[in-house]
Amino acid sequence: MKGWRTGLAIGLALAVWRSSPGLAEEASPSLHPATEYLSTGMKAEQADLARNRGMLWVDQGAALWRQAQGVAGKACADCHGEAEASMRGVAARYPAVDATSNRLLNLEGRINQCRTTRQQAQALAYESNELLGLTAFIAYQSRGLPVNVATGGPAQPYVEAGRKLWNERQGQLNLACAQCHEAKAGHKLRGDTISSGVGTGYPVYRLEWQGMGSLHRRLRACQLGVRAIQFDQGAPEYLALELYLASRAAGLPIETPALRR
Amino acid sequence: MRAARKSYSVAVPAAACANKRRTLAVGVLLGGLLLPGALKTAAAEQLAPFEIVGDAIPLALDGLPGDAERGRVIVLDRTGGNCLICHKVPVASEPFQGELGPDLAGVGGRLTAAQIRQRLVDQSRLDRATLMPPYYRVDNLTRVAAPFQGKPVLNAQQIEDVVAWLATLKDQERP
Ligand code: HEC
Ligand code: HEC
Repeated sequence: MKGWRTGLAIGLALAVWRSSPGLAEEASPSLHPATEYLSTGMKAEQADLARNRGMLWVDQGAALWRQAQGVAGKACADCHGEAEASMRGVAARYPAVDATSNRLLNLEGRINQCRTTRQQAQALAYESNELLGLTAFIAYQSRGLPVNVATGGPAQPYVEAGRKLWNERQGQLNLACAQCHEAKAGHKLRGDTISSGVGTGYPVYRLEWQGMGSLHRRLRACQLGVRAIQFDQGAPEYLALELYLASRAAGLPIETPALRR
Repeated sequence: MRAARKSYSVAVPAAACANKRRTLAVGVLLGGLLLPGALKTAAAEQLAPFEIVGDAIPLALDGLPGDAERGRVIVLDRTGGNCLICHKVPVASEPFQGELGPDLAGVGGRLTAAQIRQRLVDQSRLDRATLMPPYYRVDNLTRVAAPFQGKPVLNAQQIEDVVAWLATLKDQERP
């Protein structure tokens, strides 16, 4: 008796579930790191730190971490100690609004702020091996930890600005980031598979660059592709976009240093 | 309506390339008429005026005859039209064809030349959310990089050439 009733109930429940429209469409699309679209060989190379070419920059960053710099003659380690402990989880929270200056800083910006104000050294240039190395070294301390940026309070206007840029058509080809990275994620664009555009592995070693590059360098490549005016690395627009990307990527693991085609 | 009736351009055949002599004759004939317009275009990068009828642009831009052979080159050119980043074409020798837009094999059977022209000029008038870039439009664009400012992706002649080639792709079959 009980058995058929239960069976009927499950059957009815299934029927209702199956006929309720739009269930699948309403679920928010799950995002994947671009790593998932890499060839098996490259995936293995990224995972194997002995073969991951990005580790050359991480090692360079580790050396810089201990080197005294600037007029103050201090190393990062003099204030922060062992990066393995003090920097763990930091990259997962960046970009973040700096409480004293009220400015949005990404990891590169924070590193340069420490250099100029505390070490009294010159800011490092974007795409210099030193800045790529330090950024990669610090982000590496968060490898595997879930992205977890603050999006409320003072960060909120930046998230909104980033979202606006993400959805805005631009360039002579009149395409928005979202059109490729939401609507067409998983599809081929020449040799690449378009990812969700989350950027959780930066700085990355990219074969096309034959070297390491920042997230902002990647964003410049996307803007070039649609024939748009490129922003400079570190520009406020890219910082806002970077925060918005991180807000979309909440929960995905940091993969620095990642490999890309 | 006027444009709809004068629909001779709808059937621009792919054989335009074989008609070099006639093209030349027409060119000489119209030369006097077109010259002022041509000068203006060069100075201000102005687009040829066109009329949309339904989902089509019945008249050839600037009245230019299209050359299918040249159109084929433009479609396959990775630095110019770069259509293959998104589309497949029935040309077996081309590696890395796209998959973001419809396969263009058979497009000349599905659409008239006038409809193809409209989709090239500005598909967003038919579908606001389209991925297909506007190839003959210079207004309402944001942050266009300096070398491309005020210029359409393809000029009127190139549009007509591409229309002429696509119109020949009547067969759904791939080689
Ligand atoms: C015409 C398509 C297209 C547009 C438009 C576009 N991108 Fe991309 N983007 C790509 C392709 C292709 C790649 C390389 C494959 C990949 O990783 O997605 C890429 C890579 C990326 C990556 C790196 C992903 C990773 O983890 O390596 C990020 C982040 C990104 N894009 C963000 C953006 C942003 C932000 C915009 C707008 C400013 C944008 N894209 C516009 C095609 C596009
Ligand atoms: C960034 C991607 C992209 C590029 C580049 C692109 N297209 Fe498209 N095209 C599309 C998409 C997507 C559609 C489907 C229509 C829609 O979604 O509105 C389309 C539709 C078309 C159609 C209508 C096809 C049909 O069966 O309805 C034609 C014709 C066409 N494209 C030709 C071209 C040509 C020729 C070029 C290059 C000069 C080109 N496209 C470049 C994405 C693109």
